[in-house]
Amino acid sequence: MATDKKSTPATEPPEQEQQNDARKQPLTSRVSRRFFLSSLGAAGIAATAPPLLAATAVSEPPVAEQAESTATAGAVPVTLKVNGKSYTLRIDPRTTLLDCLRENLNMPGTKKGCDHGQCGACTVHVNGQRVNSCLSFAVMHSADEITTIEGIGQPGNLHPMQAAFVEHDAYQCGYCTSGQIMSAVAVMSEPVGPTDDDVKQAMYGNICRCGAYPNIIAAVQAGRSHKSA
Amino acid sequence: MQTFQYRQPASVDQAVQAGSRSKTAQQYADVRFIAGGTTLVDLMKLDVEHPDQLVDINALPLAQIKTAPDGGLVIGALARNSAVARHPVVQRDYEVLSLALLSGASPQLRNMATTAGNLLQRTRCPYFRDTAHACNKREPGTGCSAIGGHNRMMAILGTSKDCIASNPSDQNVALTALEATIQVEGVKGKRSISIQDFYLRPGSTPNRENVLEPGDLIVSVTLPAPVPGTRSYYLKLRDRAAYEFALASAAIVVKVSGGRIERARVALGGVGTVPWRSHEAEHVLEGHAADAATFRRAAEAALKDAQPASENGFKVELAKRCIVRALTVSTQTA
Repeated sequence: MATDKKSTPATEPPEQEQQNDARKQPLTSRVSRRFFLSSLGAAGIAATAPPLLAATAVSEPPVAEQAESTATAGAVPVTLKVNGKSYTLRIDPRTTLLDCLRENLNMPGTKKGCDHGQCGACTVHVNGQRVNSCLSFAVMHSADEITTIEGIGQPGNLHPMQAAFVEHDAYQCGYCTSGQIMSAVAVMSEPVGPTDDDVKQAMYGNICRCGAYPNIIAAVQAGRSHKSA
Repeated sequence: MQTFQYRQPASVDQAVQAGSRSKTAQQYADVRFIAGGTTLVDLMKLDVEHPDQLVDINALPLAQIKTAPDGGLVIGALARNSAVARHPVVQRDYEVLSLALLSGASPQLRNMATTAGNLLQRTRCPYFRDTAHACNKREPGTGCSAIGGHNRMMAILGTSKDCIASNPSDQNVALTALEATIQVEGVKGKRSISIQDFYLRPGSTPNRENVLEPGDLIVSVTLPAPVPGTRSYYLKLRDRAAYEFALASAAIVVKVSGGRIERARVALGGVGTVPWRSHEAEHVLEGHAADAATFRRAAEAALKDAQPASENGFKVELAKRCIVRALTVSTQTA
């Protein structure tokens, strides 16, 4: 659907009917930015949401073009496989995997917190293993399968762990959240014990300045048992 | 960050040749191997290291963990910390190593960091890591900012008047207690170095941290065959319960028979300029009763020559209690 800057309550179905229909759907597709914002109330959307938030599906991020004339001397070629798609680039060898994803490949879902491997905001999966993308050079990953938060799920088709984070209000500012979710998804396939303490031990490489930890733990527990609530 | 040439050798020989062109294998090496990158990329961002050439060794076939002919364990240089920590043989026969690895860094870092890279990890001294401050480890002769500065996390054993930087490792303390050997391939061929002989104390050359020469590539770490009846344990004491370096740590490998300590190996972390093997503690322990009095005497012996700096005097008693607690736990009958 095209972005409609003048989307008003009058063009939406009655709020109650919309919510009833929505509850019949599984959580992972029911929870979307559109539904969440609509639950604020019709006046809430118009009052608080800038037009951009009315957009629906995230389109494919365009690969930032690097004209030959702007490529630095000593730029090296690399082909990266990210979320199942291949991208061929020429980049400064100093480009970290994190900066390559965010700046060259226009996938800013992965965040830069400390840039020194101390906070976990930059967590991505390389060959299914969670790593800090800030401490690795992009050119080193040409043989690897990289998964970012963009590849974990999409609005309307959330990964169960993403849905659990929404359901359990497991974030405040949201800046650590993509790293938290990437770690949490990895935890689902690692040998981690069942208790909350086990989750804390498995997740301590992701820090949250807002202190959303209790809800993060609840979300991880829910997500890894694939409970919807 | 200074830029660099990036190379990917196709063999160990090619990697050795590439590395051999470096003027040094120590601080400010102009050619550096890169594997996990968790120390090197960190230091390159701080301009503490600025190699002209990075030699990416990740594709070399050095990640295997396999039993040695004598019943020991050969851990490939590129085996990731997380893989080593959860390996069933490591957990069964060398538990101190698994405990040490799992107490360090974070799950993400452990997935990246390699066994050999971990051997070469650098101090966390804030003055070493900040090029605005004088540091003999970076530039010998310029002075040690930690002596007389903020030195709470620094060493109390193996220090010199030129450097008190602590070695922050957990893995290497466990490997020291396990008496590991390090297999290196270099321009003159292959050799095996006992971990005790691998590290260099700062002395007047704190920029030299180990015995590696240009071209030397660590290919594996070998653990001796486990001694039946031996138990091992790692205790790490620190300001936070997770994601923090040791203030003091102890790796114990011990065999008790009929209430007497038949065999003991003790290594300390967080307190030494290098992973600290304590023959002094072992000498007190072996042949004596496995009781609190013996443990305390061993701890006193281990820290007898400690030289605290202005802010880390607390580490002397903390390290002693760490040794006593670790011995108590590792000698408890089930």
